[in-house]
Amino acid sequence: MPTELMETNKVEAVQNGTEQTRTNKVFIPRTDIYESKDHLLLMADMPGVKQDAVDITLEHNILTIYGRVEPPKVEEFGLTYAEYGIGDYRRVFTLSNEIDRDGIQASVKNGVLKLVLPKSKNAIPRKITVQTA
Amino acid sequence: MLLQRIADTDLFSSLRDMQRLQQQLSRLMSVEKWPSTQEFPPINVWTSENGAIARTEIPGIDPNDIEISLVNDSLTIKGSRNPEIVQEGQTYHRQERGHGQFTRSLQLPFRVEADEVQAHFINGVLEITLPRAKADQPRKIGVISE
Repeated sequence: MPTELMETNKVEAVQNGTEQTRTNKVFIPRTDIYESKDHLLLMADMPGVKQDAVDITLEHNILTIYGRVEPPKVEEFGLTYAEYGIGDYRRVFTLSNEIDRDGIQASVKNGVLKLVLPKSKNAIPRKITVQTA
Repeated sequence: MLLQRIADTDLFSSLRDMQRLQQQLSRLMSVEKWPSTQEFPPINVWTSENGAIARTEIPGIDPNDIEISLVNDSLTIKGSRNPEIVQEGQTYHRQERGHGQFTRSLQLPFRVEADEVQAHFINGVLEITLPRAKADQPRKIGVISE
């Protein structure tokens, strides 16, 4: 079994000076980022996050993703064994490319956030052919 | 010149930095409270008199690819996650999400009513409800006074 591929333990986000108003835990979602010619594709593992519980903000070139997790309701049940912590997800990225804000698409499926960030028209590299004189 | 610069640094801000480092360190240490397992996926179990709920976080897996089996009191979860297909001309900046197959077994503290086991997959979290076998349930015995 390729355990090295599947990381088990969630990494908790460390506060940088600022504190949260709520006392719940915040984890760093594992993320893949792909770049193609005209867009950036970001996939983040956020198990337990609903489609409408994700906040995405892009300020200048700072992208923040935040996913809220509602703690599971377990009436009359008591937690007897725990291997993972439950909490929100937050991660901040600095984007190197200019992004067309209006074209950003976000969706959540099976606990994975998929973010398509189209590159701004001015930022798409143009091929310049060198002419020989 | 160097001396000057050191003297200029704000003592209080470096104290704050120290505190933050200390907080980060103690946070790192507190992670040790979780029983660290090398097995994937990690499982949380809630129990009551009448049964148990097992939850596990397996984001990005097609519910049809999850296989759950129950033999006596041991529960086995199998599944796999496919790697993202990299299109031509696509490069990656980060690849942190794992993929591959996994199998995980769990021994329950009681026998389970196998016909009534339910599994739901909601937002990447698999929840398995395991009712305790009727024959195995604790019975209350009333005391008759004469």
